[in-house]
Amino acid sequence: MSNVLLQATNLGVKRGNRWLIKDVNIALEKGQITTVIGPNGAGKSTLVRSLLKLINTTNGDINTIKGLRIGYMPQKLKLEDTLPLTVARFLDLGRHKQHQLSPQLWHDLLHECRAEKLLERPMSALSGGETQRVLLLRALVRKPHLLVLDEPVQGVDVTGQVSLYNLIVQVRDILGCGILMVSHDLHLVMAATDQVICLNQHICCSGHPEQVSQDPAFTDLFGPQGAGNLALYNHQHNHHHTSHGDIIAGEHHEGCNHG
Amino acid sequence: MADFLLWAWLGGLMIAAIAGPLGSFMVWRRMAYFGDTLAHAALLGVALGLLLQVNISLAVVLVCLLLALLLSTLMHTRLIATDTLLGILSHASLALGLVSLSIFDHQNVDLMGFLFGDLLAIGVQDIIWIALACGLVLAALVPLWRPLLAITVNEELAQVEGINVALMRTLLMVLVAVVIAVAMKVVGVLLITSLLIIPAAAARRLSSSPEQMAVLASLLGMLAVSGGLALSWFYDTPTGPSIVLIASALFFLLFCFPRSFRLS
Repeated sequence: MSNVLLQATNLGVKRGNRWLIKDVNIALEKGQITTVIGPNGAGKSTLVRSLLKLINTTNGDINTIKGLRIGYMPQKLKLEDTLPLTVARFLDLGRHKQHQLSPQLWHDLLHECRAEKLLERPMSALSGGETQRVLLLRALVRKPHLLVLDEPVQGVDVTGQVSLYNLIVQVRDILGCGILMVSHDLHLVMAATDQVICLNQHICCSGHPEQVSQDPAFTDLFGPQGAGNLALYNHQHNHHHTSHGDIIAGEHHEGCNHG
Repeated sequence: MADFLLWAWLGGLMIAAIAGPLGSFMVWRRMAYFGDTLAHAALLGVALGLLLQVNISLAVVLVCLLLALLLSTLMHTRLIATDTLLGILSHASLALGLVSLSIFDHQNVDLMGFLFGDLLAIGVQDIIWIALACGLVLAALVPLWRPLLAITVNEELAQVEGINVALMRTLLMVLVAVVIAVAMKVVGVLLITSLLIIPAAAARRLSSSPEQMAVLASLLGMLAVSGGLALSWFYDTPTGPSIVLIASALFFLLFCFPRSFRLS
């Protein structure tokens, strides 16, 4: 229990008469990388944004340790070109008054993110991959207990993706922080993850990567090709989703939430 | 030099100085139309002040604040698109202000002065008001600068990092409302936004940091006030429009500058 940074129980977000996410239970622990995967429109961003308290939840509780510092890396950053802002200044805006990284550590992180040469560049002049690395640094600058990354590799080419995931694992090892990551690509994420949560409005399955990859719910969500060689065997999923992702009534729902 | 010209100049300089940083925020946050709406509501404030026989500046600030709060509440509900909402409120309040003012005896109400400014009519008492308002806004801006900048860059990041975004947004609106109430004297309600927006937009070309842009915007605004006053003095042109004209000329002049020319 002492390692849990954030715990959400029975989380639900309803917009209009549609549940974007429902009955989600999630616990984020120190030093652990949790990845949320799911198809488009599964409510991944909704889950992340409700955990960050950026949107109001309809149901459920979110409990955090006292004084939890979160570093957040949004999917993308839209900056007005009218605002003259260097990378150094952008990073500085995220700095916490009391909790700062040691200069040595900051230097290392800058090096790992290959951002030393970017510091004096205007934010508007960064490429997609450079922006992602700067956003990651911005999330790290306040020495977070918990790092929340919403689709961190968006707009980055495949080799860049691998190195970015490696970077994220390194960051976890250096800072010892908990990490919550959202992704819709499966293979790359699996290697860098301690816990996978497979989301499609509700949690279809969760657990260690190998465990989840063998889960019928997982194959059901992504199809045999999507699940690829991660899934070692297939069998019938015990419930079906409508096009809205609701579970079709009349079928039992046991066994949907795997440890 | 005539006394009234000195007062006009002093008052104009103070307002231009404070309009620099706030105008920069309005440019960064795309609040130009919002500023227009507040400015038009200022006329309603004038009418209300005359009607209730209270200090006009105070009435203007209060009406602007009420409208700002109303706006942020309505924007939050997302009933209609923001620009439509602004368009409706902006012109509704302008029309209401004009109609209410028409009730008063025309000899007592200088409508043109309110619409286009009457800088040369500024007296010592106005100067004290302007100095107080500008001092207040400046004193508030110093501690608020960093959080305001943070929400301007990205509101969600700022919120996760523990900044009260809604509060900061409201405070910025309050500051803009105060500046509009005092700037009305200089350029009038129809041209206020230009005094805020144009110097900031002109300063963008030369700046490489937010602070630089804010300070440059102030300086360019002060230059525009001085030039506009001179134009008005020598050629007997209306003061408010002359100031805006000089500011626009500065903008186009700087726009032609090569982009590589930056202060470091």
